[in-house]
Amino acid sequence: MTTRAESSRPVSEVLGVPPAAHKVRDRSFVLLLGALTSVALIVLAVLLIDTAIDGVPQLSLSFLTSFPSAFPAKAGIESAITGTLWLMGVVTFVIVPLGVASALYLEEFADNSRWWNRIIEVNIQNLAAVPSIVYGILGLAYIVRGPLSLGRTVLAGGLTLALVVLPVVIITGREALRAVPPSIKEGALALGATRWQAIWRQILPASIPGIATGVILSISRAIGETAPLILVGAATFVAFNPTGLDSPFTALPLQIFSWISQPNDEFRMLAAAAIIVLLVLLVLLNAVAIRLRNRYQQRW
Amino acid sequence: MAIDSVASDAAGPSAESVFGPARRRIGEKVIAVVLFCAAATSVVITIGIVISLAGETLAFFADKAVSVSGFLTGAQWTPLFSDPQFGIRPLVQGTLIITGIALVVAIPLGIGTAAFLSEYASPRLRSALKPILELLAGVPTVVFGYFALTFFTPSILKGLLGMDVSVFNGLAGGIIVGVLIVPTVASVAEDAMSAVPQSLREGAYGLGASRRQVTVRVVVPAALSGITAGIVLGASRAVGETMVVLIAAGQVPTTSLDPRGPMETMTAFIGATGKGDVPTGSTGYKAIFAVGFALFLMTLILNAISIRFVRRYRQVYE
Amino acid sequence: MVGDVSDLDPASDPREEPASRGVPGQVPAVPAGQVHAPIPAVAHDDVIDDAIENPVFITEKLSVSYGTSPAVLDVSLRVPEKQITAFIGPSGCGKSTIIRCFNRMNDLIPAARVEGTVRYHGVDLYGNEIDSVQVRKRIGMVFQKPNPFPKSIYDNIAFGPKVLGMKGSMDQIVEQALRRASLWDDVKDRLKDNAFGMSGGQQQRLCIARALATNPDVLLMDEPCSALDPISTGRIEDLMHELKETVSIVIVTHNMQQAARVSDRTAFFIVDMGSSEEARIGRLVEYGPTSRIFTNPHDIRTEEYVSGKFG
Repeated sequence: MTTRAESSRPVSEVLGVPPAAHKVRDRSFVLLLGALTSVALIVLAVLLIDTAIDGVPQLSLSFLTSFPSAFPAKAGIESAITGTLWLMGVVTFVIVPLGVASALYLEEFADNSRWWNRIIEVNIQNLAAVPSIVYGILGLAYIVRGPLSLGRTVLAGGLTLALVVLPVVIITGREALRAVPPSIKEGALALGATRWQAIWRQILPASIPGIATGVILSISRAIGETAPLILVGAATFVAFNPTGLDSPFTALPLQIFSWISQPNDEFRMLAAAAIIVLLVLLVLLNAVAIRLRNRYQQRW
Repeated sequence: MAIDSVASDAAGPSAESVFGPARRRIGEKVIAVVLFCAAATSVVITIGIVISLAGETLAFFADKAVSVSGFLTGAQWTPLFSDPQFGIRPLVQGTLIITGIALVVAIPLGIGTAAFLSEYASPRLRSALKPILELLAGVPTVVFGYFALTFFTPSILKGLLGMDVSVFNGLAGGIIVGVLIVPTVASVAEDAMSAVPQSLREGAYGLGASRRQVTVRVVVPAALSGITAGIVLGASRAVGETMVVLIAAGQVPTTSLDPRGPMETMTAFIGATGKGDVPTGSTGYKAIFAVGFALFLMTLILNAISIRFVRRYRQVYE
Repeated sequence: MVGDVSDLDPASDPREEPASRGVPGQVPAVPAGQVHAPIPAVAHDDVIDDAIENPVFITEKLSVSYGTSPAVLDVSLRVPEKQITAFIGPSGCGKSTIIRCFNRMNDLIPAARVEGTVRYHGVDLYGNEIDSVQVRKRIGMVFQKPNPFPKSIYDNIAFGPKVLGMKGSMDQIVEQALRRASLWDDVKDRLKDNAFGMSGGQQQRLCIARALATNPDVLLMDEPCSALDPISTGRIEDLMHELKETVSIVIVTHNMQQAARVSDRTAFFIVDMGSSEEARIGRLVEYGPTSRIFTNPHDIRTEEYVSGKFG
């Protein structure tokens, strides 16, 4: 009973009164941080809503299945969509083998005490920070013209975009490989597997969901890239679908840029509609990546 | 004795009699070489970038219309005029002003977001906010350019704030680039804040500090090198950002310091010139490479600084 | 006896001691200055008392270092065939490091350097012409934490035989391996299920079955029960007793009771603190029949360890 009597003393008498100013400052600090955090989110929301208001009325089947035209009412994005799909194909075809092989080398084979391996590693880190338009210059000088001289074709555009995202594929691929615990490799080697057998049959299969997620995210970054395509891309007015790797092409971001550059408001509305199509494509790719990650990623 | 006799019996049974015939495993070596070649491709790409940029840059300076001093100090950039002037100052100045505006926006937003995510947000809120930030980072920059030109300038700058800005202006470009790099700044800064050991926070709490005081006086100072790394990386992205400035900031190289008017950045020049069919070998074509080389060097230096700062905080806490 | 504890003192120059152990015949060969002089030098007594016929492994002054710092020094012992040999000792004493020399798993650590010799049926395992992959085909290993592959139970077992190119019906090989690991009845109806759905004890028996599927001559077990509950541990120990009919087993354990229960011979290792905290060096102190090590140890350090006084 005595203890209860003691504990019934007012809290303020025991612990003192916190200064009111402190409480106000603590409170406003949280509000400030919350406000700062929400700015970027609000911008994103406004951007999406504004684009939807401008673009949704333009969306129609004929918009998706028409070629660009000098008349806004007749213009569509079929050649831009097919061009983007062709680019995706070329990018995938290049980055999957090259990216996975590089990641495997760096994680499983490279001896980090060797200077050349450290150079490769630092180099990839730096490549990831090179602005994409610089890759565009490289593509223009060496792929479109110069040594490869492929011209402004699907292949040239796809190769350039593949170079832009290759560092990302390698970095995410390495993370996926590193997520497989070393005990799996030890287990395989202890059974008499060679290094490559352990990698090919255990480590690589176990890391495929992670690698695939990285590849899909890289592809989605590649098809949103505009700057390098401005340098290597075809003229933005392409009224036919690509027929092969050596075809001239346009792509969704290029078409969007071309329409934004028109002074005419009607074309800008078309740009908004094309943006919606591009964003839907990106959201679909990201949804596949997230699903892959959540569904198949091994939890160790 | 037994050990001695076995141990000194150097001949012993042959390895083959115990383990079977030896294997050469040439395939394994071939695979290692193939994988090495794949990884070395990235070095080839870098060499390609450097050679292509440096080669044409040298050719650019060899051109009689161009002088190195004129390039570095000249105040006029008119490469496609009949009397071309190649002073890079307007482009560098445009790049720096827009990057500066972007940082003014991105530093408070990025650090505030990082502090909120790391110190205040519940795990559930965090796992909801982070994908949205990733989404923001995943929106193609051409979309942000569209937004800056068709919404931000007319509706916010002119409409809401009543500012006297031109259709193409550096302010809108800079602010939107700033929003664009918030995820970069925030994610690097948040990594650094999360890496601050819990014991440091507990030490401050134990002295009666409030969460605000712990955040401001303990976590932020302890994570400062990581936060700096995020800011530098964000600056590097802002310098290299092309589409927003190409679309919304205009294509007028100017030495005017007024961000309400149009200005051209280095990236915007490359994009604007490269999109037309510049003939190979013309001075204008070579100018793309000279400006590109300057851009490449700037981002390389910023990236190197950022890596150094990241290493510093990793060293302290890991 | 009190003075013997000071044997851990670097002043007594313990480097001398294991070297003398490897030389048989000089029974009371104790270097001058060693504090535990009254105790007969230890490791030879197996050579003398019950010389091991056809040893599977013979190590001679085996030392392993990581980078510049030695981890374990001068281990000389012989591992008998079709018996269970236990390595015990406090953590950091190098017992795991030594067992990982027996199938060249230390090759995976670039900084690891192995000196001295390990002979497997007389063949120097670290000889120039030896292919570590061939070694691991004959000498299986089970690890501290169960490490099944993230695949079906069936595929876990089939992996080894497949990479070795073993002939015969894979179904039979899988069934036989699971039966040998007394796991068949538990899993025969769910061979296609992912191994990650099994309990920890089952996972470890799966790893044993996986190692047995390639018909190894030796099974190395590196603290196989440290992550398991007592019931699972008991089942693995029973399994080891059955297995020693057909394979030689070397087990590393930090659990003395386990060594006493399952092993035929026991090697006791210690950590030598050396001059600084970093210079922790593992050494073999005593090796002999398990019953003798636990009832009549010759070295005071062994006695104190098995009676629970330190470690």
